[in-house]
Amino acid sequence: MAEASTVQAVNLALARALEDDPRVLLLGEDIGVNGGVFRATEGLHARFGAARVVDTPLAELGITGLAIGLAAQGFRPVVEIQFMGFAYATIDQLLNHAARLRNRTRGRLTCPLVMRVPFGGGVHAPEHHSESGEALFTAAPGLRVVVPSSPGRAYGLLLAAIRDPDPVVFLEPKRLYRALEEEVVDDGVALPLDRAFVLREGEDVTLVTWGAMTLEVLDAAATLDAEGISAEVVDVATLRPLDAATILGSVEKTGRCVIVHEAPLTGGYGGEIAARVAEHALTALLAPIRRVTGWDTVMPLPRLEARYMPSTARILAAAREVCSWS
Amino acid sequence: MQSIVARFEVSRSAILDAEGKLSDALPAFAVEPTALLALYRAMTLTRTFDRKAVELQRTGRLGTYASSFGQEAVAVGVAAAMRQDDVLLPSFREHGAQLWRGVTATELLLFWGGDERGSDFATAREDFPVSIPIASHAPQAAGVAMALQRRGGDRAAVCILGDGASSKGDFYEALNLAGVWRLPLVFVVVDNGWAISMPRARQTAAATLAQKAWAAGFPGVQVDGNDVVAMRHATELALDRARAGDGPTLLEAQTYRLADHTTADDASRYRAQVDVEARFAAEPLARLRRYLTAIGAWSKSDEAALGTACDSEIEAAVAAYLATPPQPPEAMVDHLFATLPADLEAQRAAIMAAGNGDG
Repeated sequence: MAEASTVQAVNLALARALEDDPRVLLLGEDIGVNGGVFRATEGLHARFGAARVVDTPLAELGITGLAIGLAAQGFRPVVEIQFMGFAYATIDQLLNHAARLRNRTRGRLTCPLVMRVPFGGGVHAPEHHSESGEALFTAAPGLRVVVPSSPGRAYGLLLAAIRDPDPVVFLEPKRLYRALEEEVVDDGVALPLDRAFVLREGEDVTLVTWGAMTLEVLDAAATLDAEGISAEVVDVATLRPLDAATILGSVEKTGRCVIVHEAPLTGGYGGEIAARVAEHALTALLAPIRRVTGWDTVMPLPRLEARYMPSTARILAAAREVCSWS
Repeated sequence: MQSIVARFEVSRSAILDAEGKLSDALPAFAVEPTALLALYRAMTLTRTFDRKAVELQRTGRLGTYASSFGQEAVAVGVAAAMRQDDVLLPSFREHGAQLWRGVTATELLLFWGGDERGSDFATAREDFPVSIPIASHAPQAAGVAMALQRRGGDRAAVCILGDGASSKGDFYEALNLAGVWRLPLVFVVVDNGWAISMPRARQTAAATLAQKAWAAGFPGVQVDGNDVVAMRHATELALDRARAGDGPTLLEAQTYRLADHTTADDASRYRAQVDVEARFAAEPLARLRRYLTAIGAWSKSDEAALGTACDSEIEAAVAAYLATPPQPPEAMVDHLFATLPADLEAQRAAIMAAGNGDG
C-alpha cells in the first residue's frame, strides 16, 4: 500500500486499465512524453508506448469524434481534455453521437469511451480553466457523469468508468489533484458507478455535494459536530444516473437538506437534486432545502476566485439556518 | 529572397460523359459489361426507392425524407468499390450506397419513417447510421479508420459528406487527423451544388473542395460524380492507397441535387427551375444507359424488365415497412445504456403504464 494523491490515483487507474485490457488506449494533447498538463499520464508513454498513449493533434472535437469511432469498433478510448473550458467543443460529439449511438442503433453500435476533464476552481488557473460545467453533461440522456472526491474514489471510479460499456464523462476536480494523499491500493478493484457515498453519518442535516467541495463540506460537518449538530455528508459521485435513493434516505432521516456545488446556482445540478427531494421527501422536510453554490456569473479570474467558491462559512451558515427550523 | 516551398495540383477524373461516350479508357472492372449492368441496376433501384419514399412522405406514411435523385452515381459508385468488410460512415443522402452494402430498403424506410430499428442493420453491422448533424461523422470516421489500422489487415473506412460539410471545423479536424496518422480512410465530399439554399459558389472561395485535402497532407481529386464508372474507379484507387498503408484520399464528387433538399424543402424559393432542368442533361442514369445501349448490352425490353423488378422489390419493402408494428414505448429507454440504471426504472414503469399513443 502506498500514499497517493488524486492525480497519482488517476495515473494508477489508467496504468491498471492499460495493463489489464488491450482495448484501452489513451488519447489527448500532451499526454505522451509530457505526461499531460497535470501529469496524470506521467510515465505511461514510456511504459505502454506511443501506440497506446497517443499524443493527438490539437483538436478537442476531433479527438472526441475519433474516440467515438474507436469505441464503436470495440476499443476503450480514454480521452483527456486539458481543461473544462476546452471541453465545450466536444459537446456536439458527446450529445449528438456518443450519448445516442447505442440507442439509435438499438445496441448494434456502442460507445464505451471515457472523457476525462480536469474541472473546477480554486487553483488560481488562467481564464477558461476553472469552470464547473457538469450540468451541461448531466442534461444529456445517455451519458454517465462521474466526479471523484478523493484519491481512492478517483482510482476506483475511473476504473469503473473505463470498464463501463457506455460513455462516461469523468470530471476530475483539479483542486483535489494534489490537495491530499491517502492510501490507495492498486488492486484493480473498481467502485460501483451510479451510487452515492455517505462520507459521514449524521442525524440532523444532510449535506449533499460532490468533487472538491467535499473538503469544505466535511470541514463544516466537523465544526457543526462541535456545536452539537450532527451532519450527514453525501458525496453524489455519479451525478447521472443519480442515486436518488441514498439522498432521499438520508433526508428522510435528517429532515434537512443543504446542497453544495461550485457551479452557478441557476441550472446547476443541485436544482435537480432539490427537485427530487421536494418531489419524494417533502413530508420529511423540517426546513426549506438550501443550496450553497457558485454565483450566477462568469467564473472570475483568480483574484476574486475565493469570493466565488462556496466557503466553509457559507456552508455552515446554511446548515445552521436549516437546523434552526424544527 | 522568396522561394516556392510547396506545390499541389488538383486533377479531375471523368470517363463516361453525359452523351454516354468514353472520354478516357475504361478501367479494368468495366471492360466486361456485367459490372456496368450491376451499377446501372443499383442506380435504378436507388432512384425507384427515392421516388417511392417521396411518395410515401407526400401521403403521410413516411417522415421528412432526403432524396438522392440525381446523385445516384456517387453512392453506388463508392459502395461498389468498397469491400463488404470496409466500414461506411454515410451522410444522409447515400441510400444507394447503403442498399448496395446490404442495408435493406425496409430498414431505410423504418429509419425515415421514425423507427430506430431502421439503423439496426442486419448486414453491414459495423457501418454507421446516417449522420444528420453535418460533418460530425468525419472525426468518427477517423476513429474507425484508426481502429482498422491498429488491428492490421487491409480494411478501410469511407466517409461520405457534402459540400456544406467541407466548411465545418469537424471536417478540417478529421482531415488533419487522417493525414497525420496516414489512416486508411477515404473522404467522399459530394458537391451537389447546394447546402439546402446555399450554392457551392457562396460556400467557399476555394477553387476546389479537393484541395482541402492537400492542406492536410494527402491527395484530393475531383471526380465527375454523375459518372458511376469514374466514381467507382476513383474510389477503388483511393481504397487501394488506403489498403497499402499510403493513407487517406479525398474525392470531390461533382454532381447535382435534382431534388429538393428534403421533402420539407421547396427549392423553388432559392433556385430557378430552368437551371435545374438544364442539369437533367448530365444526370447519371441516362449516360450509362446510352453507353450500354450503344455497345449492345441493353435494350428497351431490358429497361422495362428492370423497372418492373425494381418496382416490385421496393413495393415489397414498403409493404414490410408498413406492416411493422411500432416498438413498445419502453424501447425508448431500454437501449440507452447496456443495463437500465435504477434511476430510470420509475420512468420506464410510467412509460409502460401510459401505454401506446397515450404517453
